[in-house]
Amino acid sequence: MIRLEGLSLAIGRQPVLDSVSLDLAPGSITGLVGESGSGKSMTALAIMGLLPPGMRAMGRVMLDGQNLLEASEPDMGRIRGRRIGMIFQEPMTALNPLMTIGDQVAEVLRLHEGMGRRTALDRARERLDRVGLPAPRFPLTLYPHELSGGQRQRVAIAMAIALRPGLLIADEPTTALDVTTQARILDLLKALVRDEGMALLLITHDLAVVAGMADRVAVMQGGRVVESGPTGTVFRQRSHPYTRQLFSASRYSPVRGPRPAAPPLLEVRDAVRDYRLPQGGLRALDRVNLTVARGESVGLVGESGCGKSTLARVILGLDPLQGGRIRLDGQDVAAGRRMPRGLRARMQAVFQDPFGSFDPRWRVDRLLAEPFHLTGRPPDWRDRVAAALAEVGLDPGDARRFIHEFSGGQRQRLAIARALIIRPALIVLDEAVSALDVRVRAQVLDLLARLQADHGLSYLFISHDLSVVRGIADRVLVMQAGRIVEEGPPEQVIDAPRHSHTQALVAAMPVIPGDWI
Amino acid sequence: MLRYVLRQMIVMGSSLLAASALIFSVVELVPGDPASFMLGTGAQPETLAALRQQIGLDQPLALRYAAWLGAILHGDFGTSFTYKTPIAGMIAERLQVSLPLALMALALAIALALPVGLYAAARRDRAGDGLAMGTTHLGIALPNFWFAMLLVLVFAVRLRWLPAGGFPGWSDPLAALTSLILPATALALPQAAILARVLRSALVETMGQDYIRTARAKGLTAGQALRRHALRNALIPVLTILGMQFSFLLAGAIIIENVFYLPGLGRMIFQAITQRDLIVVQSAVLVLVAAVIAVTFLVDLAYGAVDPRLRRA
Repeated sequence: MIRLEGLSLAIGRQPVLDSVSLDLAPGSITGLVGESGSGKSMTALAIMGLLPPGMRAMGRVMLDGQNLLEASEPDMGRIRGRRIGMIFQEPMTALNPLMTIGDQVAEVLRLHEGMGRRTALDRARERLDRVGLPAPRFPLTLYPHELSGGQRQRVAIAMAIALRPGLLIADEPTTALDVTTQARILDLLKALVRDEGMALLLITHDLAVVAGMADRVAVMQGGRVVESGPTGTVFRQRSHPYTRQLFSASRYSPVRGPRPAAPPLLEVRDAVRDYRLPQGGLRALDRVNLTVARGESVGLVGESGCGKSTLARVILGLDPLQGGRIRLDGQDVAAGRRMPRGLRARMQAVFQDPFGSFDPRWRVDRLLAEPFHLTGRPPDWRDRVAAALAEVGLDPGDARRFIHEFSGGQRQRLAIARALIIRPALIVLDEAVSALDVRVRAQVLDLLARLQADHGLSYLFISHDLSVVRGIADRVLVMQAGRIVEEGPPEQVIDAPRHSHTQALVAAMPVIPGDWI
Repeated sequence: MLRYVLRQMIVMGSSLLAASALIFSVVELVPGDPASFMLGTGAQPETLAALRQQIGLDQPLALRYAAWLGAILHGDFGTSFTYKTPIAGMIAERLQVSLPLALMALALAIALALPVGLYAAARRDRAGDGLAMGTTHLGIALPNFWFAMLLVLVFAVRLRWLPAGGFPGWSDPLAALTSLILPATALALPQAAILARVLRSALVETMGQDYIRTARAKGLTAGQALRRHALRNALIPVLTILGMQFSFLLAGAIIIENVFYLPGLGRMIFQAITQRDLIVVQSAVLVLVAAVIAVTFLVDLAYGAVDPRLRRA
């Protein structure tokens, strides 16, 4: 049993954690939910004794009668990896790229148990088998780059549980993964808790994941646990206002008026895109057909690698096609110089990462005015920047600020303002709300719905998250291995999927049980 | 890995060929022709004609290039205009000094930079880091001949442990090595300073990676994570710098060679240029370019050995 008692932490005078208390019992799963900056990860790092330099936690983290906050660094070195294991969000970067997976798992055993390499590798083999990476297909000599994201997360889990620790901390372990991969990793974690009797602290922003996994849940806001208890009780009662807000935001769909029938704006016909790779050719798009009508929102869902983003690139004219054609407003879209600027100005894009999509050295007015190079900068461009800022709910006075002064949600609003400024007909939104917290996501979805109604915009809304697409799309397309396998209104595709792949996606989608709502 | 090596070898071969063509044509571009350049403005027409015939200028360009390349492949670089001796022998003799000198300097630079870079990265932003990086700053700012003079004053003049200059030849290997210690150290110090800084910044960047956090969560101490996980990942930029430094050390040691009276390649090239001995210059440049390309090849192989992701490509 690990018990957190009054765990507190501050940076300067700014409290980061405020009297966090939690009991983590063997064989049980505790969900820790909240938005970014609520202190979830800091709680985990404080337990591990891996806080950023200069930070010291107060209170107590009790393990077998010992307060870990007072343990010496060498003592903590013996506890980390042996008594407490931890896995992180980004499986793509969590493993050392230059070390085989066998050596990385064996390292834990050699470090703590003083095993020889041979013995440690034998045990690593057994642990990798346990996490679903069986010997014949996954030899110990593989390097991380030879594995998919889900497989890498399994390796990370194998390292964390190699010595059967009493507590496993999983910090957003499936946030970066597809729904189907997420479901398999969550199943694995559940089975490990059941079979090995360890406690699991599952940190996530996704209430539906917690609903399907955790025995108990604690809701964090501003460094404090505002509500905690058995998961079913907390979800049904939602006694704290913040819990209620999170709950409704996570299931949010904007109110959208009826859409009159309109002529097609974007037409993709038999689009083929091939990549040449060292190990041979890859057909990323295999005769894809789709249309987006004026004022219509089309959702495109599929797992990573199915060709979603490739489709976005060819539609935007960034990549050439090897077959088929794409027409916008009846004009051919072709990558490179042949594409007239006027046509390019008819479409804009908003991407996932609100941090990487802006030049950090430019001010907001220059960033927002950039698309004017397609149309020529009008004399009243400053007024237009101010108007665009106002339209996405920001202050026109923000025009002279730099991008680092804005939060993730504000940056995504800026990205939308930048896309809007030249009044395009189509906006391609590639995982545009995936990195946002649920409440911010709800606001951005509202904004998108309002802008669509005001300007008659068309959206191509690309996401791996079916529940988000449901709220914003008039029509949903499901993509698998470069092909569109199903198409229809969201209710039909999500509630009564016909294609086996859609069925698998829907089945893997974590949901909050109906009787809890 | 075999395919990776083969590919790098093809790249090396074609770079060498391209470099040889370039070097050959640059000499052809000399105003007038090589013979009149070598003899200077006051040359007698008969002498000029004789030289033209001697170095084969009366033949067509492509033929001369092919003949030149063919001869070089057989180890025949031609004859020095000034010394009337085979250039291959001259270069070989000079390489006996320059190559060991460069290798020693490089080994010394690595031996110094590795602990300093590791130490500074481990004590990032603390006093030890500041001191180490301040010292390397000084090491980069001070020219190597200043170190050379200092080393001579201390170890040769004052302490009399090591010779102040000259090269006795390899007949006495111990004496030869001893005579190279001071010049190699003088050459190595600024290079070590550069290398230590590159290593530190590469390590600091690597220590911010997610897999270092994973390593810490496994129970490794910060120092263990640095040595076992960060160091190898930080080697790629270090190897790049190392490759460039070797090329510089091989030919750029001219000042140090002069300070220590060493009969090295740098001095030979310098003399050949002042004496307008174009064929020697051409041959020496070709040898240097070949050395640089060979080092680049080795560095590429080292990349592949360090990083499994590159072997596939």
